[in-house]
Amino acid sequence: MATLPDIDKPAAEEAFREDVKQFLAEHFPAELKGKGNALASVEGPTDETPAQKQWREAMGERGWGTPTWPKEYGGGGLTRKQAAILNEEMARAGAFNPIGGMGVMMFGPTLLEYGSEEQKREHIPPICRGEIRWCQGYSEPNAGSDLANLQTMAVDKGDHYLVNGQKTWTSGGQWADKCFCLVRTDRSDKHKGISFLLIDMDSPGIEVRPIQMISGMSPFCETFFTDVKVPKENLVGEEGEGWTIGKRLLQHERTNLSGGGALARMMGASLADLAKKHVETDEDGAIADKVLRDRIADFEIRWGSFLLTARRAAEESKAQGGVSEISSVLKKLGTKLGQERAELLIEIMGMQGLGWEGDGFSESELAAVRGWLFGKATTIYGGSTEIQNNIIAKRVLGMLDHQ
Amino acid sequence: MAVLNEEQEMLRDMARDWAANESPVAAFRKIRASGTPEAYDPDAYAAMAEMGWTGVIVPEEHGGSDFGWLSVGLVVEELGKTLTASPLLASTIAASAIILGGSDEQKAAWLPKIASGETVATLAVDEGPRHDPAKIAATVSGGKLSGTKSFVHEAHSASLFVVAAGDGLYLVEAGDGVSLSTRKLTDQRSHAEVTFDGAAADKLDNGGDTLLDDVLDRARILTACEMLGMAQQVFDTTLDYLKQRVQFNQVLATFQALQHRMADLFGDLAMMRSAVEGGLVALDSGFGVARAATLAKAEANRVLHAISREGVQLHGGIGMTDEYDIGFYLKRARVLEASWGSTAFLKDRFATIGGY
Ligand SMILES: Cc1cc2nc3c(=O)[nH]c(=O)nc-3n(C[C@H](O)[C@H](O)[C@H](O)COP(=O)(O)OP(=O)(O)OC[C@H]3O[C@@H](n4cnc5c(N)ncnc54)[C@H](O)[C@@H]3O)c2cc1C
Repeated sequence: MATLPDIDKPAAEEAFREDVKQFLAEHFPAELKGKGNALASVEGPTDETPAQKQWREAMGERGWGTPTWPKEYGGGGLTRKQAAILNEEMARAGAFNPIGGMGVMMFGPTLLEYGSEEQKREHIPPICRGEIRWCQGYSEPNAGSDLANLQTMAVDKGDHYLVNGQKTWTSGGQWADKCFCLVRTDRSDKHKGISFLLIDMDSPGIEVRPIQMISGMSPFCETFFTDVKVPKENLVGEEGEGWTIGKRLLQHERTNLSGGGALARMMGASLADLAKKHVETDEDGAIADKVLRDRIADFEIRWGSFLLTARRAAEESKAQGGVSEISSVLKKLGTKLGQERAELLIEIMGMQGLGWEGDGFSESELAAVRGWLFGKATTIYGGSTEIQNNIIAKRVLGMLDHQ
Repeated sequence: MAVLNEEQEMLRDMARDWAANESPVAAFRKIRASGTPEAYDPDAYAAMAEMGWTGVIVPEEHGGSDFGWLSVGLVVEELGKTLTASPLLASTIAASAIILGGSDEQKAAWLPKIASGETVATLAVDEGPRHDPAKIAATVSGGKLSGTKSFVHEAHSASLFVVAAGDGLYLVEAGDGVSLSTRKLTDQRSHAEVTFDGAAADKLDNGGDTLLDDVLDRARILTACEMLGMAQQVFDTTLDYLKQRVQFNQVLATFQALQHRMADLFGDLAMMRSAVEGGLVALDSGFGVARAATLAKAEANRVLHAISREGVQLHGGIGMTDEYDIGFYLKRARVLEASWGSTAFLKDRFATIGGY
């Protein structure tokens, strides 16, 4: 388990760190400092400013938006350690990764594993450069948690498939260039009748209708397919292999939802610091409302132990050379805590924390409200908390009927 | 489980095997039946000392192995699984006080004896039913300590007390001016009210203003290790039971209501382990100990409380019987939850450390 210390490593790492610093000094536009990563998220349209474009292209050029992906497909080819250094230095400089979205989070890693050489060469580089936006065509009106019940049909027409059906809750469907889709190629077998298909969103026969969410935003859509022609070369893996590939992709989705992006975004200011701006403090600088103070401490303690757990899962997975058992709980723990935090945050702000729009509210107050509402989705998508519990009980704890 | 080095893995495996073979819960039942106030088996403790467990944090020059906190934490966790009754935890905490605050003479006088298991030592801080280190009335004048300490762990076997007085920590030997009054708690282990009446006291002069807090943080983390072992055991026992017990023609494990409760506890247990290991790692690195210790004990309290309660519930009637082990864990759990900081105390401390 313990590896021998590599004398040259620290020197090489320091050299890399210098390279990163220099790159950031040259290419990261000062006006973007401390700004979020709007482009990488799936929640908004692609409206780049010149500075944002410049930054995306600089990062894409090096492949550093997808730092550990293989260089030959446009990734950064970095080691984990180097990627960590890159992150550290970006954080120090107030920079962010401008390349993201579903292509980076889930589709890319899955295609790298299951795609043909041609598919990888065609689809991975534009993801690394942040040029192509992908959306996820999994859910249907009657296939949510029971995803394998999906009915969107892809009929073999020789050189192409003819696709008919409806997807729903398609995040970013109205802005996406392409869709990775689970379709049915065989009605006789629930799981083995599913295939993984890549579909151009501007194909004739696709109609996208945005749906408004409780947060007021419309980041997801109903997506209708009517006699859509999809070339055969857009099938990933074998026909009937879609369930296996699709599940693998969900693993990447969960890892990202629990370990990285979504939670990292919340890690900014501590809840206690925010509270001290909004509620009275006593002469020692402590929050005067003792009940609220207790609840914040209660949250911060569990949040602290969640962060330790996320780190432990990563360390264990690395040491074991496989996915650690506790990775299975990260999504449900992290999303629950995220929701608790959002509830506490708006409560701390009182009525200021319930503003919808217009005068009298700061941008951050309005963002907290919308964030609180949008955050309700985190325990529903990517495998709901209840589905996570089923998986943990059956796969990890072995709570099955055949004992 | 933290990523361990080879030495630590060996130590853990050794403790696991020893606890399972030499010190199962049946051994605790025997001790309970014997009714001795010391409430542990001296032969078993001698065996533990023989294996070096009593000196894990003690420097080599004083007869220990200096393997560090993560190492001793692993041992304490394994012993917690089988409710091994012993003064290992109390003595280790007391040793840490001497390591942090003792003079060279004090260290030379006591650490080798603690490391060899010859001397049992214990920490005496609280003076009421709740942990409250801000309220200490014990005083020392002319080298004589007077005061009453409540619910002192392992008091019956201790020949050395590390006692908190208003102006610092003192070493007091059992004997003249020290008297015990047994307090039998639900865990059936050794606890006593200890009265010091002009007992000869030797101050721990090093370690600075934070000595008491630093020692208490070590007590919190090590106690949390025992609690982790207990929580893990209750969880495992309960899971096994649910996989065997048949009702409505199916094993209980197939009921979704129970599956989800176990999945929740599994998540909680993962958090508890991370928090406790985080405390041990903080101790070994010397960085951020106060926060890490508070977090570790607070999580240990929260999770062991939940698991010990659910453990009884999910066993049904059998969980209510003295013949079945699970109740022992429930009773010990509450005693440890109240030791060195209730959840309310720890949340207050966590907020204070965080500056709110
Ligand atoms: C904001 C948002 C974005 C999304 N983006 C996408 C996307 O881009 N692409 C895509 O394909 N999908 C997307 N989804 C859909 C998401 O994957 C589904 O909502 C999810 O799979 C749940 O399915 P459902 O909504 O049909 O709920 P249902 O499956 O009907 O579940 C309803 C409730 O029942 C519970 N439940 C269901 N089955 C069980 C069971 N076996 N045991 C216990 N409880 C159960 C669920 O946990 C839930 O609480 C998105 C959803 C949201 C909210």
